[in-house]
Amino acid sequence: MAMKQLGLGGWALALTLATSVALAQTPKSGGTLKIYQRDSPASASIHEEATFSNNVPFMGIFNNLVIFDQHIAQNSPDTIRPELADSWAWGDGGKTLTFKLHPGVKWHDGKPFTANDVKCTIDLLQGKLADKFRKNPRKSWYDNVQAVVPNGDLEVAFKLGRPQPSLLSMLASGYSPIYPCHVSTAKMRTAPIGTGPFKFVEFKQNEDIKLARNPDYWRAGKPYLDAIEFPIITNRATAMLAFMSGKVDMTMPTEVTQAIRRDILKQAPKSVCVTAPTNVGLNLIVNRNKPPFDNADLRHAMALTIDRKAFIDILFEGEADMGGALLPQPEGIWGMPKDMLATLPGYSPDITASRTAAKALMAKAGYGPDKHLAIKVSTRNIATYRDPAVILLDQLKEIYIDAELDVVETSVWFGKIDRKDYTVGMNLTGNAVDDPDQSFYENYACGSERNVTGYCSPELQKQFDAQSQETDTAKRKQMVWSIDAQLQNDVARPTIVYGRAATCWAPDVHGYTAMTNTSYNGYRFEDMWLDR
Amino acid sequence: MSGYLLRRVGLMLLTLFGISIIIFVLLRLVPGNMVDILFDSAGMVDPAEKTRIAAELGLDKSIPEQYLVWMSGLLHGDLGFSYVSEKPTIEEILPRIPVTGRLALSAIGFAVLLGVPFGVISAVRQNSGVDYGLRVLSLAGLSIPSFWLGLMVLMAFSALTGKLPVYTEAPASMLDAVLLVAVPAMTVGFRSSALIMRLTRSAMLEVLRQDYVRTARAKGAGAGRVNFHHALRNALLPVITVIGLETAFLIGGLIVTETVFNIPGLARFLVESIRNRDYPIVQNLVMLTAFIVVSINFAVDLLYAALDPRIRLGA
Repeated sequence: MAMKQLGLGGWALALTLATSVALAQTPKSGGTLKIYQRDSPASASIHEEATFSNNVPFMGIFNNLVIFDQHIAQNSPDTIRPELADSWAWGDGGKTLTFKLHPGVKWHDGKPFTANDVKCTIDLLQGKLADKFRKNPRKSWYDNVQAVVPNGDLEVAFKLGRPQPSLLSMLASGYSPIYPCHVSTAKMRTAPIGTGPFKFVEFKQNEDIKLARNPDYWRAGKPYLDAIEFPIITNRATAMLAFMSGKVDMTMPTEVTQAIRRDILKQAPKSVCVTAPTNVGLNLIVNRNKPPFDNADLRHAMALTIDRKAFIDILFEGEADMGGALLPQPEGIWGMPKDMLATLPGYSPDITASRTAAKALMAKAGYGPDKHLAIKVSTRNIATYRDPAVILLDQLKEIYIDAELDVVETSVWFGKIDRKDYTVGMNLTGNAVDDPDQSFYENYACGSERNVTGYCSPELQKQFDAQSQETDTAKRKQMVWSIDAQLQNDVARPTIVYGRAATCWAPDVHGYTAMTNTSYNGYRFEDMWLDR
Repeated sequence: MSGYLLRRVGLMLLTLFGISIIIFVLLRLVPGNMVDILFDSAGMVDPAEKTRIAAELGLDKSIPEQYLVWMSGLLHGDLGFSYVSEKPTIEEILPRIPVTGRLALSAIGFAVLLGVPFGVISAVRQNSGVDYGLRVLSLAGLSIPSFWLGLMVLMAFSALTGKLPVYTEAPASMLDAVLLVAVPAMTVGFRSSALIMRLTRSAMLEVLRQDYVRTARAKGAGAGRVNFHHALRNALLPVITVIGLETAFLIGGLIVTETVFNIPGLARFLVESIRNRDYPIVQNLVMLTAFIVVSINFAVDLLYAALDPRIRLGA
């Protein structure tokens, strides 16, 4: 009946609409996508950098063995897809990971891609070759890889010291491209060569980065775009004006704050803006070897005085989440459940009760209304560090800690932390992969280069290894939550909040998915297209 | 005159030598070097790796040794390699010179074209409505920070014309090319024009009271001839000094303007290089700036000598 009522005209209209929608969703080839870049990356070599300022413009040049599905917002082991490897298989009780490689793949300079390139990449990361990276920030990811053994040109096996299911997740990250054996690390820093959908054209410091379509890309018909240009616009106000006036098609991913997002949607209402967690955690670092914070009670009192909701409301206008060592659910896969989190020091919604307990601990250590503890809170001279540090100062006052802000220039920040020349600090930690191995080994393991507080618990270290070998995801989650709770109880490096940020693009830009549990893995861009 | 010239050239070379030492030493006294920054960006702390990179960049040598390497390279036309881009320094600096040069010249041209005539008018019409208006304009020019003015100009341009004179790609038309230079040049030149306007006004007021101006008027010379030929010519000496100084100091103003208008010029590049402690870029770029400043001063001195015979004779 309803169909009859539609009438001939109605059907024609419906068909037209349906056709136009279908056509609009059919990718079109051609065009140049312009995405503004917030700064000039230190180099073009993804393996040598530790910022997504590098992944965004250069990830399109490369391929990994495997990659997180670029159209599923939440990265997880279930969303890992083949890339240079057509398939993979675990063997030898989880101690061998064998990849079958895609045939006929060529580097941008025409040379064939082989299993030897995979071996070279891992050898470079492990510092086994004469040619070395200047920087190797993710060397620890491959600590468990004992050898990479090619079997002919199209098969390669990773021999592991122990089973490590997470290795596959790390290999699927935007930080894990395969590099060519025949190109030097110096060349990879300035004019990289990959097998990916886009070829490197130019990188002018402080000016722009340009990529062009790889006409010989091994995935037929891809990419859709002719080119991608990344004009480097360091002034955020100018960058946003450039987006609103149509000079660029897309903002740099996760660079849009909530206030700016509102402004964009007011000025350019057809823009598409997506807000998502960045998996960058704001955390408190405490020098546990330096008096008075060698006293566990004082560290515990500091954890108890943190009012996370205040940070979320003031800094992020509500767009942030409380979590532990791992990104909280639902966007995070491994984060503790909320009820479990609420039992940890400083996570209770009853902040008054927490602070009463904190004051009791301070009194036990000899501090109170008549005797305040004077300390310095060190932080980098960047707004994203400085602003939360100011809020922390205010919250410390509540438990008789008079803190003074010690603003440290970026160039000396890590040296200072390395020398342990600080008492308390405010820090930011980005997680490339939402995975316990990446977080635990990088940030909390004894001796890890990026374990800035020097926290070391041999007992937890064993638990890190145990969870890392567990193949049953549900069981592993329980282990991970238990470790995370112990880290928070130990005040190892209390995470304050995980922020959210937005990415905006013009309505005629298609094929981009903003990832919800990483800021590092979603920039292959081979499926992006322009409806023009 | 030749003795004067020789003395000025000698002084210029001595100044440049002194500047080279100051730049070199100061840069290395600032806490944190390129290796610290490299490590900072990667969150790494391994001291062995740090030592290896420091040796690779030649930073393990003593400061005098590093200075000699630089000077010897400079005298042989070898400016070294950028630590960041790993390209020859000359390749990084050369393409940016015309960009900043065009902007600086346009800005100073705008400042002179606006400042000198308005200064003369303001002096000639002293205490009139025009004078008050121009004095308010010049005060505004001195008071408004250029980054704020730049952003306002950008917003106004975007709202009124739909165009944004911001460098994101090579200009598509002649109009775009002109806008990309003219709008930031006017923004940065506005402050200089205000200074020139005020100085021209006060110099003109002084000269206009001189006997020879009264004599010229008594002899029946027209207002234009009196003001612009007799008075302005004599009032120009301090104005030329200021124009010279403003040209030299423009580099400071350009840092902000190049950032706001996203111009890939030398000033923004210098700031970024200082942040990265990219010593080869910074020291060569500051030397280049010093050379320009010293040369402008030299040119101003020569102009003095040409305009005022007493300076030549004194020499």
